[in-house]
Amino acid sequence: MILHSIGWDDILQATLATLAMLGGSLFFTVLLGLPLGILLFLTGRTQLLDQTFAYGLLSVVLNTIRSVPFIILLILLMPVTVLLTGTSLGVRGVIPPLVIGTAPFFARLVETALREVDRGVIEATQAMGGSVSQIVFRALLPEALPGLIASVTVTAVVLVDYTAMSGAIGGGGLGDLAIRYGYQRFKTDVMIVTVVLLILLVQILQAFGNRLVIHFTRK
Amino acid sequence: MNSQPSQPIVSLRGVSKDFLVGGRAATALRDINLDIQRGEIFSIIGSSGAGKSTLVRLINLLERPTAGEIAFKGKPITLVKGEELRTIRRSIGMVFQHFNLLSAKTVAENVAFPLKLSGVRSSSVIAERVSKLLARVGLQDHVAKYPKQLSGGQKQRVGIARALALQPDVLLCDEATSALDPQTTRSVLKLLAEINRDLGITIVLITHEMDVVRQISHRVAVLDHGQIVEHGRVEDVFLHPSHSKTRELVHEAEPENDELNLGSIPRGQIYRLTFVGKRAHTPILGTVAREFGIDYVITGGRVGTIRDVPYAQLTISFTDGNVHGAIARLRASGVSAEHLNGANSEAPLKATAT
Ligand SMILES: Nc1ncnc2c1ncn2[C@@H]1O[C@H](COP(=O)(O)OP(=O)(O)OP(=O)(O)O)[C@@H](O)[C@H]1O
Ligand SMILES: [Mg+2]
Repeated sequence: MILHSIGWDDILQATLATLAMLGGSLFFTVLLGLPLGILLFLTGRTQLLDQTFAYGLLSVVLNTIRSVPFIILLILLMPVTVLLTGTSLGVRGVIPPLVIGTAPFFARLVETALREVDRGVIEATQAMGGSVSQIVFRALLPEALPGLIASVTVTAVVLVDYTAMSGAIGGGGLGDLAIRYGYQRFKTDVMIVTVVLLILLVQILQAFGNRLVIHFTRK
Repeated sequence: MNSQPSQPIVSLRGVSKDFLVGGRAATALRDINLDIQRGEIFSIIGSSGAGKSTLVRLINLLERPTAGEIAFKGKPITLVKGEELRTIRRSIGMVFQHFNLLSAKTVAENVAFPLKLSGVRSSSVIAERVSKLLARVGLQDHVAKYPKQLSGGQKQRVGIARALALQPDVLLCDEATSALDPQTTRSVLKLLAEINRDLGITIVLITHEMDVVRQISHRVAVLDHGQIVEHGRVEDVFLHPSHSKTRELVHEAEPENDELNLGSIPRGQIYRLTFVGKRAHTPILGTVAREFGIDYVITGGRVGTIRDVPYAQLTISFTDGNVHGAIARLRASGVSAEHLNGANSEAPLKATAT
């Protein structure tokens, strides 16, 4: 047996750590990215609020963050992370950079999903006397739900990738395991197991997301 | 406009609308003056791009005018904002060409939507109102369906029920039947006419089909390149169009109405006679012909109904007999008679073909 040398305990711990990082960072990414995406949409040209300056400013900030490679962002953000969570290590230590790295990406996906909503629906809601917040919460978001779920799914998959990467700077989890055992100690079997687990995780996330999208699609 | 007995429900005074297109102003509407009376079905007709949609969107302020004044129930509303604007919009329902239903909501939820937005909380009040509205539009069996499970006509009925949910004073219909087949169009128009009659709701109907106007409207305005070129009662505008644009739109509705080639016909005094209402069912022409000993050739004509009132319009060449006496008699019986080749109309036959 090849696998006798694998510490299954370690793998279990690492899997749980990855899931915790994924869950925590996805939660905060959506919490931060959704309002940003709505703001982007509303301030866009010919949209409800149509604020060219605000849109431009927000765009530049989000694009700047998105253009910094994640591994560099991780290092740059260390002081901020320590300030926020008291540590730059472990699950808690990677959540801030994961969120800051992914929220701009998610916000763009939200903006796109909202733009997919039929303009006529917005106009009809306006004509009924709906306020901007009613238009957003009662018409736009429910209508865009399938698109928003698809955006969350894509973001979750990106986060799996980023959590693995953050293992390199002490984030823990499956990525960390793969690098420590597989790369540094030449335990190829451990690396293979972790990679297989990551593949499985991504497949499950994507399949689950697709199911939800289909469930909520009424078009 | 002449002094009206009651105050118009919507009035536009000197209204213009420019859009900024690529940095320069493009005029969509120019100096529009319009009064819409309470309880009428008022149609606005015109070719694509004439400014019809822009005009109705001004009424509920989805667009703001560049110049001029808009009044609703006698109050100027050109500049209202915020909650005041939303309150006005709640008393003006809108029906759209492409229905604009919320795809994620069921039929019942779509109709309940404006009620919820306006702050109605009680679910029993909502349920009762929704079921009444759906019964009115004939959709009581489709309550739990989603819009994509409905036909076009059914979707438009949901749109109409939704627009009626807040018991508006005015219903704006922007090409409400343009996406529907002729039969469905007729049934939706019938529904609109019923709503107008039973609930007394004023309807502003936009269309590019003269047929729609003819079936249910009381008055009509013809819009061409952002200006109203003709307006009045439907029977007047339809039977005696004065502007070339109106004639073109009327003619589109009757493509087979070609006048006979008069070259082979003995030429006499040519008149266009219009019989409306019970005159269209009475043998006036025959009686008058016998009495005045006239002979005639029918060279063109059309028959039909305007809002269920029958009409017949015939172009006739009188070849013999006491034509003057006959015409006087016809006019005395309430038949309109236009002389098409009189003293100052040498060869108007082509030009007057409607
Ligand atoms: N938001 C806008 N921005 C710029 N131009 C506009 C806008 N809305 C309308 N226009 C222009 O105003 C003119 C009138 O448009 P409108 O949509 O009112 O015409 P319409 O009579 O409703 O035409 P249709 O029968 O095709 O619906 C057109 O030339 C159109 O291009
Ligand atoms: Mg239009």
